[in-house]
Amino acid sequence: MTTAPAIELKGISKSFGPVQANKDISIRVMPGTIHGIIGENGAGKSTLMSILYGFYKADAGEIFISGQKTAIPDSQAAIAAGIGMVFQHFKLVENFTVLENVVLGAEDSGLLRPSLARARRELKALADEYELNVDPDAIIEDIGVGMQQRVEILKALYRRADILILDEPTGVLTPAEADHLFRILENLKREGKTIILITHKLREIMDATDTVSVMRRGEMTATVKTSETSPQKLAELMVGRKVSLQVEKSPAQVRDVILDVQNLNVTDEKGVHRVKDVSFNVRAGEILGIAGVSGNGQSELLEVLGGYEKGTGTIIVNGQPIDLTGAKSDGRSRRERGIAHVPEDRQREGLIMDYHAWENVAFGYHHDPKYQNGMFMNNAAIKADTVEKMERFDVRPPDPRLAAKSFSGGNQQKIVLAREIERNPDLLLIGQPTRGVDIGAIEFIHQQIVALRDQGKAILLVSVELEEILALSDRIAVMFDGRMMGERLPQDTDEKELGMMMAGMNKGEAA
Amino acid sequence: MDAMPKWADVVLIPLISLILAATISALVILAIGESPVEALNLMVKGALGSTYGWGYTLYYATNFIFTGLAVSVAFHSRMFNIGGEGQAMVGGLGVALICLYVPWPHWSLALVGGILAAAIFGAAWAAIPAFLQAKRGSHIVITTIMFNFIAAALLNYLLIGALKPKGSMEPATGKFPEATHLPSFQDMFSFGETALFRGAPANVSFFVAIVACFAVWALIWKTKLGYEIRAFGHSESAAKYAGISPTKIIMISMMISGGLAGMMAINNVQGEAERLVLNAVEGAGFIGIAVALMGRSHPFGVFLAALLFGFLYQGGAELALWTKIPREMIVVIQALVILFTGALDDMVRAPLERVFLAFKRRKRKAA
Amino acid sequence: MDLLTVLQVLDSTVRLATPLLLACLAGLFSERAGIFDIGLEGKMLAAAFLSAAVAYTSGSAWVGLGAGIFASLLLSGIHGLASITFRGNQLISGVAINFLAAGMTVVVAQSWFGQGGRTPQLSGAARFEPITLPFAEALREVPVLGPIYYELISGHTALVYIALLFVPLTWWILFRTRFGLRLRAVGENPAAVDTAGISVVWLRYMAVLICGVLCGIAGAYLATALQAGFVKDMSAGRGFIALAALIFAKWRPWQALYSCLLFGFLQAFALRPDVIQTVVGFKVNGQLLDVLPYILTVIILAGFVGKAVPPRAGGEPYVKER
Repeated sequence: MTTAPAIELKGISKSFGPVQANKDISIRVMPGTIHGIIGENGAGKSTLMSILYGFYKADAGEIFISGQKTAIPDSQAAIAAGIGMVFQHFKLVENFTVLENVVLGAEDSGLLRPSLARARRELKALADEYELNVDPDAIIEDIGVGMQQRVEILKALYRRADILILDEPTGVLTPAEADHLFRILENLKREGKTIILITHKLREIMDATDTVSVMRRGEMTATVKTSETSPQKLAELMVGRKVSLQVEKSPAQVRDVILDVQNLNVTDEKGVHRVKDVSFNVRAGEILGIAGVSGNGQSELLEVLGGYEKGTGTIIVNGQPIDLTGAKSDGRSRRERGIAHVPEDRQREGLIMDYHAWENVAFGYHHDPKYQNGMFMNNAAIKADTVEKMERFDVRPPDPRLAAKSFSGGNQQKIVLAREIERNPDLLLIGQPTRGVDIGAIEFIHQQIVALRDQGKAILLVSVELEEILALSDRIAVMFDGRMMGERLPQDTDEKELGMMMAGMNKGEAA
Repeated sequence: MDAMPKWADVVLIPLISLILAATISALVILAIGESPVEALNLMVKGALGSTYGWGYTLYYATNFIFTGLAVSVAFHSRMFNIGGEGQAMVGGLGVALICLYVPWPHWSLALVGGILAAAIFGAAWAAIPAFLQAKRGSHIVITTIMFNFIAAALLNYLLIGALKPKGSMEPATGKFPEATHLPSFQDMFSFGETALFRGAPANVSFFVAIVACFAVWALIWKTKLGYEIRAFGHSESAAKYAGISPTKIIMISMMISGGLAGMMAINNVQGEAERLVLNAVEGAGFIGIAVALMGRSHPFGVFLAALLFGFLYQGGAELALWTKIPREMIVVIQALVILFTGALDDMVRAPLERVFLAFKRRKRKAA
Repeated sequence: MDLLTVLQVLDSTVRLATPLLLACLAGLFSERAGIFDIGLEGKMLAAAFLSAAVAYTSGSAWVGLGAGIFASLLLSGIHGLASITFRGNQLISGVAINFLAAGMTVVVAQSWFGQGGRTPQLSGAARFEPITLPFAEALREVPVLGPIYYELISGHTALVYIALLFVPLTWWILFRTRFGLRLRAVGENPAAVDTAGISVVWLRYMAVLICGVLCGIAGAYLATALQAGFVKDMSAGRGFIALAALIFAKWRPWQALYSCLLFGFLQAFALRPDVIQTVVGFKVNGQLLDVLPYILTVIILAGFVGKAVPPRAGGEPYVKER
């Protein structure tokens, strides 16, 4: 007797105006399996999941749940069909308790107290069954990301989900927390639940899934058994051509210390101590990679170095200390000291999305005399400069008058890089250089970073992608809970050790 | 890909919003028992049918250019300055002080003095709400509204007390000296026997307002400061990354805004009344909001919108004189314009975008 | 200064605080759901006019109350449409509604009654009369407690008692019902509500509707209970003071009651220069007292009395993430 697939999609298509986000997608996922969906940004994964969860209605195609044709016009229908979704950005009410979040929308009746009481009992049962430990009375903004994610999973299970979709679940987790998550998923799988895992991390697909589908440009290019494929083959399917996953790099030619950080402390506006007594240095001609799960102080570190957060301690650039709290502690002064910064969030910080590309090329450097003409700004000069930069960095389309928001993620990042790198800085700060960037552009960006380093510049790289850190860095440092956990050379360490440091454990403690 | 060509965004949408506002106003006029067509005729005749009418229309338009520019500049830094009314009142105080207590030899110097005093006083009145927003996060909308009330009380107190000439019963200052009187349009445009703009209050401040339009345009789009103001208006987080100080931008843009609103006083206090009276501003600060929204915060749009509201104001005065339609009808029209251009923007924009998209598709099919 | 004078001032406090309290609770529902409303002023004004006009023509204050609520709901509907359906700027919508009310009330009043933009004086059943609570007369002679019961607690109009009852009612709705949980959630993270399968739009419209009803009662109270008819701009900034009280109360119902009583007290105090002279020792300028609520509002907003964190999703239209 053949079992019906838990989910089957036949010929799903969806367009937004002229853009076809999903083209004739067909897929079958069997119950009790973990199925991965991998693809680049813009491949259509999010659209497909939104259709499954009732946010969009497909233009064509059918959905079958356990063999039954099912219409999913809204989220309520999806929940009724047994589909539960754990989003990449959590959908939790920060100042409610765990219990209130779980119960929201699934209350038994108009009165709150009986619903909360029942939920409390069920939560305990679910926690015991699946290793989903949470504190029901904790307030969401006080608990860590790992527990928040467990709350999201519990929300789905509380609503009797048989099919669980997880969208990029490990982005904010330490390797240890990710392992815990995959154990939970295995438990769920054993109980007959179906799991769909959307991720861009090839390693995760290989480790955690039974089957995997690859999406490219709105189409499902392949569905294979994970045991029968490899990261290399999957990458090729994602991009459509051979991709080099290695970075070509000659050994570093290291010279003087450019950046010397001593006992840096940063407390944010809520009074939380974010960077705790951090010391390190970066030399000319080397790339120092700072690894760590986001939220462990790296962002604040970059903000202080970039000049838009205050800190205490000593920072010396090119032999001269820089002002950390006074009149010359802003971004303009930093740039005048030869520090360039490619920020972690290009859309919120690096670019003004509504400004034209040429206006963005002057962003941060708008005081530059060569961009001025007497009392006014010399727009013609800026535009000419933009045309040149766009050509050198292969920005497409090479139109300076297009607004930044009209460019793809990779091209936006190239604009920011072009602007910062061509300042010929002594020190370049880069955060998450390839986040949301397609594989083709990733290669280019990595090459640019290495080229800059070979010109004798100092580069401070912050990334949550361990593979990127290992590939690019000449030296690796790990941050956890605002502290430096230690430094390693890439050839002397591996992901496992770095992972432990990222989780706060030093080698000695593991035993 | 932009859904609509730029001209549609800048011209068509405000135009359609205006038509909607006009239609609803016409319905209200009908409901009161008057004829909208006749009302429109009366308004056109009264506001545009003679140099006298034009004189009033341009006089009011001058007020609205200043207050409209004020709101526009603040909008560019994402600040909603509703305090133009109070800032214009306090600007009037500055003009009164400088005209009464400085012995000016000639009106041209008095004009410069008036501009400076009005701008400085207006800027100062905007500075406190700006500071509170920048440093304490106090919502500028509510604080500027409060400052409008406080300004009215302050002026009331001064005009009943310290500034009122001895023996006078009226809450107003004494008349300004002759040397501070600004040339009116009648003075400027009458030749020999023909006296144009006879009795109308339009004066040389109209040209100051036009210069202000150009100055604001240059500031916002051509200078570094304007670049920083607009950047901050789009994204505070990005501005901080680029080394642009939020406090500096909020303070400077609000003070320029308050200064512009204050400058309205050279028109109504120095140019027309030639003394400071209670309620000199008469709602012009609020009309500035409608003007800025209709004009899309661009000086040229503000100029056109100010002309339109000048016409409505003078036309409305005529209506109040000859029909049952009270002056408050102008407030209703002002409200509808603000509603349609400011809050219901999407209601007009979305269907229009669909029209343009369909048009494009048909063109592509034909090609 | 004797007990009677104190009671008179406190009595005024309650009467003056009532419209503030109703408007404040109105704003509370709206803002907790994520819709900023600076149009409370306009809604009160419109309700004041229509309730007075209808109370005059019908002869009944209660019918007037219904009309007032209707007027306020009309403006709420516009605000809801602009903020929720058309995802427009909520501050601009609020400003527009204030002007719309200011203009339309005078235009319609002039057309209807021809008295220069006001309604005629209300009398008899067209006004809310003070209600004497049971045993008030009998207990009047009891020392201390008697006058308190007679002067302060008894003798208010029905709307005052209704307003006071709304405080525990609001608390119960917000914190003890499913609707309240969802309403608070939609003001903090509408995406969380949306993904749970609940309609963000419906919840927000409900909040705007409740806001409209409460503002309607506030406006009707102004014209048919506190005063006797509508005059131009009679709301006099109360809608904004209510907003300040809301922020001061950190968006919580019982604290809203206390902060509105504080503002009411200031207004009551300003009406009794003789009392002030006794308390402070010198004559305080009348205009200064009138402007005191506005200055206090600014001081509160400047955060000199603690930091107030508004609902996280407040003021932002909800757009589904793609």
